[in-house]
Amino acid sequence: MTARLQVRGLRKSFAGRPVLAGVDLDLHARESLVVIGASGTGKSVLVKCLLGLLVPEGGSIRLDGQELVGADRRTWEAARARMGMLFQGGALFDSLPVWRNVTFALTAGRRIETRAMRARAIAELARVGLEPQVADLRPAELSGGMQKRVALARAIAARPEILFFDEPTTGLDPILADAIDRLILDQVRALGASALTITHDLDSVRRIADRVAMLAEGRVVWTGTVAALDAPGHSLVEQFVRARPVTRHDPSPVQRG
Amino acid sequence: MTPLVTLLAAIGRGPLTLLADVGRMATLAATALGRAARPPWYLVQFLEQMLLMGWLSLPVVGLTALFTGAALAQQIWVGGSRFNAESTLPAITVIGIVRELGPVLAGLMVAGRCASAIAAEIATMKVTEQLDALVTLRTDPYRYLLAPRLLAATLTLPLLVAVANVIGVLGGFLVATTRLDFSAAAYLSGTARYLEWEDVRSSLIKAAVFGFILALAGCHHGLRASGGAAGVGRATTDAVVTAFVLILLANLVITVAVFGR
Ligand SMILES: Nc1ncnc2c1ncn2[C@@H]1O[C@H](COP(=O)(O)OP(=O)(O)OP(=O)(O)O)[C@@H](O)[C@H]1O
Ligand SMILES: [Mg+2]
Repeated sequence: MTARLQVRGLRKSFAGRPVLAGVDLDLHARESLVVIGASGTGKSVLVKCLLGLLVPEGGSIRLDGQELVGADRRTWEAARARMGMLFQGGALFDSLPVWRNVTFALTAGRRIETRAMRARAIAELARVGLEPQVADLRPAELSGGMQKRVALARAIAARPEILFFDEPTTGLDPILADAIDRLILDQVRALGASALTITHDLDSVRRIADRVAMLAEGRVVWTGTVAALDAPGHSLVEQFVRARPVTRHDPSPVQRG
Repeated sequence: MTPLVTLLAAIGRGPLTLLADVGRMATLAATALGRAARPPWYLVQFLEQMLLMGWLSLPVVGLTALFTGAALAQQIWVGGSRFNAESTLPAITVIGIVRELGPVLAGLMVAGRCASAIAAEIATMKVTEQLDALVTLRTDPYRYLLAPRLLAATLTLPLLVAVANVIGVLGGFLVATTRLDFSAAAYLSGTARYLEWEDVRSSLIKAAVFGFILALAGCHHGLRASGGAAGVGRATTDAVVTAFVLILLANLVITVAVFGR
């Protein structure tokens, strides 16, 4: 099976300093892939390249076989229409009420169909555990965790086929994090989307990942299933797994590989 | 020697960066208008911008015009009296206001208010990744943010300047009739007799050009912003400075080259 999103040799540097130095990665249809890696290794940069927000210096990104690196604006627009993104910082539009944020992609930012869109926004907010009252607030009036959930609702509102989540559960309490993880998984299992999630939270990794990829020194140095995470045979992955306390989600104690 | 060279280099840097900016701004304007030729169009955003730039600028533009028109009339009186030409006061005041001071002062005041506001808003969106978010939400920032601002400013400024012209003449009228023993009828007929359609046309064309320039300067510096809150501050300052210089330069070019005969 060829991947829905196929990344080969992707390179990106800032001011001559390489951040991505040949990333190879596949995201299959109906797959939940989690990317882990130390802070500052270029996880967010990778996702921004996949969305065309940053222009890579080299390599290839294929969406269902179609090359996106060096593609024209229309090709990218068509590709992005199939994608959704939760930004690490939320990136909510602070000039708009929460509900207009949530339905933004549905109307391409036009202020139309007010009644229907508002109802839709309230339904989407409920999915991320937010009350209807939140709909009329401004993003600045929300707590950090609420902003993150609104941003998540906005990213999935248009039901894109390919979803990128940049640290969706950072800053949320464990119960909420669990609910958000289930929502992400629901997009994949029930709606058939492909999800690429960046997270530092090992509990989340175990809950949502079909496969895990580790980014280090500008490359994907390890990929494997969640089960393989406990005996990865790679020192960096092992450090990542062992740095976290063993939790009840662990099927077995961490072993030395 | 070296301090002199340093000084000259510092002075020369201004025009050079300005020139580079003008080139980039022209490209930006062409892109924004080219994209805006096709839907989706953002009518609500456009009207909102007209309201922000036009209606909310009225007080400051009106006051500026009133004060300047009054002071101008007083000065023309002083100058005119040296040639026994006090009777030209209404004509010279209205021509000075309509052809020059109305558009330039309104342009500068609105640039101070709106080029900065546009730059700050877009720069904030840039540094908080809201611009990136727009793109991922099937929305083109050129159509959604830039086009409404450019078009609104271009259409709003002529309206504001028309109002400013009237208020400026009123300022001159008030000074002339209360302090300089002109009769109201004489002042108004002196104003109307010497004002030509050409004056009004040049006034409104200047206004439209200034509006476009100030919005473009705001958008340009907003989009180029980077580096958090400090970057937003820099973008705002740069936008106002660029807008001021380009408005005064455009005024010179239009005055001399287009309406100079
Ligand atoms: N726009 C930019 N300009 C210059 N350097 C950048 C830019 N964006 C990212 N970088 C650099 O690229 C590197 C990777 O950044 P990135 O945000 O992808 O890290 P990350 O893996 O997402 O880290 P974290 O887990 O902390 O979010 C960092 O060293 C950062 O300094
Ligand atoms: Mg990151």
